[in-house]
Amino acid sequence: MKRHLLEAADLDRADATLVLDTAAQIEAALAGREVKKLPTLRGRTVVNLFFEDSTRTRISFELAAKRLSADVINFSAKGSSVSKGESLKDTALTLEAMGSDAIVVRHGASGAPHRLANWVRGSVVNAGDGTHEHPTQALLDAYTIRQRLGRLEGVRVAIVGDVLHSRVARSNVGLLHTLGAEVIVVAPPTLLPVGVGSWPVEVSYDLDAVLPKADVVMMLRVQAERMNASFFPSAREYSRRYGLDARRMATLPDDAIVMHPGPMNRGMEIAAEVADSVRSTIVEQVGNGVSVRMAVLYLLLGGSPQ
Amino acid sequence: MASSTQAARHPAGSEAPKPGAASSSGTLLSAADVGRVVDRMAHQLIERAAAIRGGVGEDMAPDGGLSDLVLVGIPTRGAPLARRLAARIQAFSGTPVDVGTVDITLYRDDLRIRGVRALESTVLPDAGIDDRLVVLVDDVLYSGRSVRAALDALRDLGRPKAVQLAVLVDRGHRELPIRADFVGKNVPTSRSQQVKVHLTETDGADEVLVTEGDGVSGQGREHRGEERARSGAPRGSERGTR
Repeated sequence: MKRHLLEAADLDRADATLVLDTAAQIEAALAGREVKKLPTLRGRTVVNLFFEDSTRTRISFELAAKRLSADVINFSAKGSSVSKGESLKDTALTLEAMGSDAIVVRHGASGAPHRLANWVRGSVVNAGDGTHEHPTQALLDAYTIRQRLGRLEGVRVAIVGDVLHSRVARSNVGLLHTLGAEVIVVAPPTLLPVGVGSWPVEVSYDLDAVLPKADVVMMLRVQAERMNASFFPSAREYSRRYGLDARRMATLPDDAIVMHPGPMNRGMEIAAEVADSVRSTIVEQVGNGVSVRMAVLYLLLGGSPQ
Repeated sequence: MASSTQAARHPAGSEAPKPGAASSSGTLLSAADVGRVVDRMAHQLIERAAAIRGGVGEDMAPDGGLSDLVLVGIPTRGAPLARRLAARIQAFSGTPVDVGTVDITLYRDDLRIRGVRALESTVLPDAGIDDRLVVLVDDVLYSGRSVRAALDALRDLGRPKAVQLAVLVDRGHRELPIRADFVGKNVPTSRSQQVKVHLTETDGADEVLVTEGDGVSGQGREHRGEERARSGAPRGSERGTR
């Protein structure tokens, strides 16, 4: 494995499979245990450096690090010297001077973790940068698919919705392709990035045509906070054409699953009855996130032969 | 090499091998020897389970305390060894014995030096290990560090009544105050030698080999570690090199 995890492309097929296998072993080892803690990263310090809001990812990384006995420092830009104008570089160097071994970073600017990786000696894990990548989300999604369907090779995954602004979509396209899945992105043309033609995916504008052949439907959140232009006429029209409701879900193959990275806009891209159905893996994804992030931290920080 | 008779002269755990008194290279145990040694250890385990249970004669539990016994293998080769011992115990006593495996990778104290490695599975019997006699099973006892890691792992998994240790080969050179309760064969070795245990389940054949190492053990170890990383071979294959 590389020293940093910045994007899905940092993982080749062997590395990605190693992360998923390690996560599965960790999950099995901790299942049903009273003491859900391992001594593996005792004495290591992990900094959660979050410049953007997050519930699940930050808590998930914090829990993962703590279950491996690492010390965790949570840093959010609000209430720090960042509001006094301290730069990303100075913030990172400050944290490293205090002895951090790994920095888990979420930042609104695409590429911020790459810059960070050039400045610090420890490992950098990208926990979401702008509209670029969110590799641990893709890993936990792949883990969830493999757990539910038993395989990734040849699985047909439809990624539906706001692909343009979605770092989850970018990471998933890369990782799922690496792992041998077939990816179809479904979105209105206005919500597809310019370069989508160069992605290893099929592109469709018609959700109803895609659903009957999909093993996995991954619904993306409509990222209203990143929309500075009108990408579709109205929320109602978007929901009618690209939202997953009970009628559409019924057209899926019998064992197909419905995923969502969260947070959901219930009633917008996904209907409440779909989100709460037995096909939905949304809660499992959150739980799997901890195991997958434990695997990533273990593999990056556990140690390397000198 | 007349192994089983020689080993029988050292009752379980009674005499540690003398470091430095190295035996020469070659086959230490043949397939037949391994079978005999495992049979003898199974008998010893049956006796110990009865003794720990405390009852004798009419007071003894009908299963001879075997329902309290859990054999927990340390991957890679401890796991099939534990299953074999359980099968032999069942053959001799008619009572099935619970078997589990405990992966110790996340408890190792040498991850920083030797690097991370893939994990293996941890499986415990449904009845758990609380208040039972847990016997850790491993192929080679050397520094004792694997056993220490396994003891730490067990502590997180439950609270056994007692923990004991069974190893196929004790090659000496302990770095921690740990000894085995059941020893298949005591083998005096030098640190430069390697003891390799091969089992049918993992390596296609049963045998225990001693080979001369390549000089200073520290350097040889890292070199072999890299070879293993490249070839993707299971780590247990060089268990004896630490």
